[in-house]
Amino acid sequence: MNSWFKFLMGVSFLIIVAIGLSACSDKDNDNNNGAASDGGSQEISVRINNDPDFLDPHMAEASITYQVILNIFDGLLVGDTDGSLKPALAEEYDISEDGLTYTFDIREGVTFHNGDPLTVEDIQYSFERLMGTHTGEPLSSNFENIDALETPDENTFVIKLKEPNSAFLTYLTALNSAILPKSNDGKHNENPIGTGPFQYENYSPENNMVVVKNENYWKEGLPYLDKVTFVFQPDDQTALLSLQSGQIDLVAVGAHRVPEVEDQFNLTYQDSNSVLLVGFNHDREPFNDIRVRQAINYAVNKDDIIEATFSGYATKIGSNMSPAMADVYKEGLEDAYARDVAKAKDLLAEAGYPNGFQTTLSISSHAGMYTNVAQVIVENLKDIGIDVEIEVVEWGVWLERIYQGRDYDMTVIDFTGELSPYETIKRYISGAGNNFFNFENAEFDELMQDVIVEQDADRQNELYGRAQEILSEEAAAVYLADYQIIWALNPELEGYKTYPYFFHDLEEVRYTE
Amino acid sequence: MAYFIRRFILLLVTLVLVSLITFAVFQVIPGDPIRIMLGPEADEARVQALEKELGLDRPLHEQYFSWVQGVVTGDMGQSIRFSRPVAELITDRLPVTLSLAVLSVIIVVLIAIPLGIFVARRQNSFSDLMFSSLTQVGMAIPSFWLGMLLMLYLGMTFSFFSVTGYVPWSESITGALGSLILPALTIAIPQIAVSFRYIRNTILEQLQLDYVRTLRSKGILERAVMYKHVLRNAMIPILTVFGLIFAEVVAGTIIVEQVFGLPGFGSLLVTSISYRDFPLVQGIIMYITIVVVLINFIIDMLYAVLDPRIRLG
Repeated sequence: MNSWFKFLMGVSFLIIVAIGLSACSDKDNDNNNGAASDGGSQEISVRINNDPDFLDPHMAEASITYQVILNIFDGLLVGDTDGSLKPALAEEYDISEDGLTYTFDIREGVTFHNGDPLTVEDIQYSFERLMGTHTGEPLSSNFENIDALETPDENTFVIKLKEPNSAFLTYLTALNSAILPKSNDGKHNENPIGTGPFQYENYSPENNMVVVKNENYWKEGLPYLDKVTFVFQPDDQTALLSLQSGQIDLVAVGAHRVPEVEDQFNLTYQDSNSVLLVGFNHDREPFNDIRVRQAINYAVNKDDIIEATFSGYATKIGSNMSPAMADVYKEGLEDAYARDVAKAKDLLAEAGYPNGFQTTLSISSHAGMYTNVAQVIVENLKDIGIDVEIEVVEWGVWLERIYQGRDYDMTVIDFTGELSPYETIKRYISGAGNNFFNFENAEFDELMQDVIVEQDADRQNELYGRAQEILSEEAAAVYLADYQIIWALNPELEGYKTYPYFFHDLEEVRYTE
Repeated sequence: MAYFIRRFILLLVTLVLVSLITFAVFQVIPGDPIRIMLGPEADEARVQALEKELGLDRPLHEQYFSWVQGVVTGDMGQSIRFSRPVAELITDRLPVTLSLAVLSVIIVVLIAIPLGIFVARRQNSFSDLMFSSLTQVGMAIPSFWLGMLLMLYLGMTFSFFSVTGYVPWSESITGALGSLILPALTIAIPQIAVSFRYIRNTILEQLQLDYVRTLRSKGILERAVMYKHVLRNAMIPILTVFGLIFAEVVAGTIIVEQVFGLPGFGSLLVTSISYRDFPLVQGIIMYITIVVVLINFIIDMLYAVLDPRIRLG
């Protein structure tokens, strides 16, 4: 027994010595990091909330994934910081008069990370893969409208559509159709290869993903960083601690944590192009009555919700469109239902519920935001006699029962940004597969049919504007806010840009001189 | 020999039952792995292509038997969430959870046993009272909160401790310790509280037995009485408790790994359940079952080492 005891004491002694030693060596490491600005290695760590769903950009769907992998892949076009479409792998493009033929001039001298030059065959391969031309299993329904793909010469790629589609260009960024090398077929998920500023090096599930500089990137002189580590860290508190201890350089911080970090770090406020809303099931009583939906709209105090949930870092909205969508956004709807309890009560009485009613608000447990919103809603609706019970369900259950099964009264959900306004609101088309509101409106359906074949941009915006008005007039949902994402950045870094979709663009990020 | 065969058959039966229960539970709880992974904006075409690829469109019994078939031939299948072989994911995580569990048990042993002896020798003294009340606190603290406190006060003060992620042993031994000690402490503290009380009581019981009086009357040094005789006799019940503690520690890693962002078994299990990643959940559950059964087996063996009567009988 005695020797056993000695062994344990020995072990503990070793541990203590090790702690002492490393306390010294850690200081050296800190110095190395600081030296990065004078020509040392340019490396940063970025916190990502969750693991990517797929590394294969044709399979991935989660916005969190694109936050990371858009650094690896390019599309024919790219969405700019203001949401407009800019050339990427296609230097120029031309759309025929009838809106059916899209011709792209492919950039020369682009190489994939494996050294292969980009060819029009790779581009054709990428689209055929998405369309399921050879497998019979399409990976995306955005390209069903393609009639033919043509490669008349080495630098020209032509897409012919069956019908004109004004939203088609927005499907041509790496978000929907990243260009992949044909030579990597079958391995896009294990070893993703693209043409972007960074190349994939390693992915360790629930730990991190490392990308390194693409030395042959087609934008000369970029990127500046040699290596980026995306750390998958689901816990916000831990993420904030690692920012403060210098282990991570870029983190999204909750709005109520801003005072803790604003002095030490550079904060960037991104309009996330999100739509946070309270949805009703229009097929259920009493929500099939527009007066009830309007009454709830009048009762909900959006300012309170923005204050309680986002400490004010959010923009009020009035329809299913965020102000980040620039020209498409219809202004003036956000206060269409300014809080008015008396009016709400009148509307309820008119609809036959003078004493209110009981209902359930079902929310997913995976984000604290929903709980915060739900609590304010319960209080707001109590004022007009509606007794709301909050039901918290797991994300998987929410998706299956509420979203797919449409078995709910009310719910809270947010939708994140799409480049295409059509994609953003197409769920309201009667009978759409993801129309979990069961919203039906003939005028809206017609508008959406018109806008998709409309060539003129101004006229498109007019139609989209009217569509937003209808959603507001019909009180299709209670549209609450477009919340901001607040990024805290290591103050030694510069060049970080934000987009109206989820993308950590690290191309121009570098340490300040 | 017959003992070993009986043990082995028991292990197999346990595994079959556990896998069947896990599978059944997965059929009952709602949630579709592909939709959870891809989220509400999932493209229908993509969902269908994936369902076909993963074989989720097949009847239930076919899915279960093809899984069993795979396991028998040594193939645990492919994780849905991470698109990687389950065996690879588990072996990647094994060092993290194992290090964490072993380190926690070492901390528990290092602190609880000496403390138990120390207090047992001073029954009803001030230190006895103080430590006994501290145990109440130790047992009552929720581990996630304790973890947060340790992170805030130790993790942020000493750069030695890493509060995020895991540094592999192969990369840096001090780095690995730095990333593991705080979570190991978080797991260990409530266990120390539990086991320390138990050790104290066991030693006190032993001290009242006749053989102790005999030893003392023979003039044997009090130290020898304690470490050579009492402690050895007290070891058998203590060992039983440590078997339970190991199981508790493994369970504890599930929460603590989440708090400290350690990529171990626990966090993998939580993720795989919330994503309804059936092959991965089954794989992890199988591993945990095997480990728990093995630990019990080892403890049974240790009884025999400590107590000649068990060995001979």
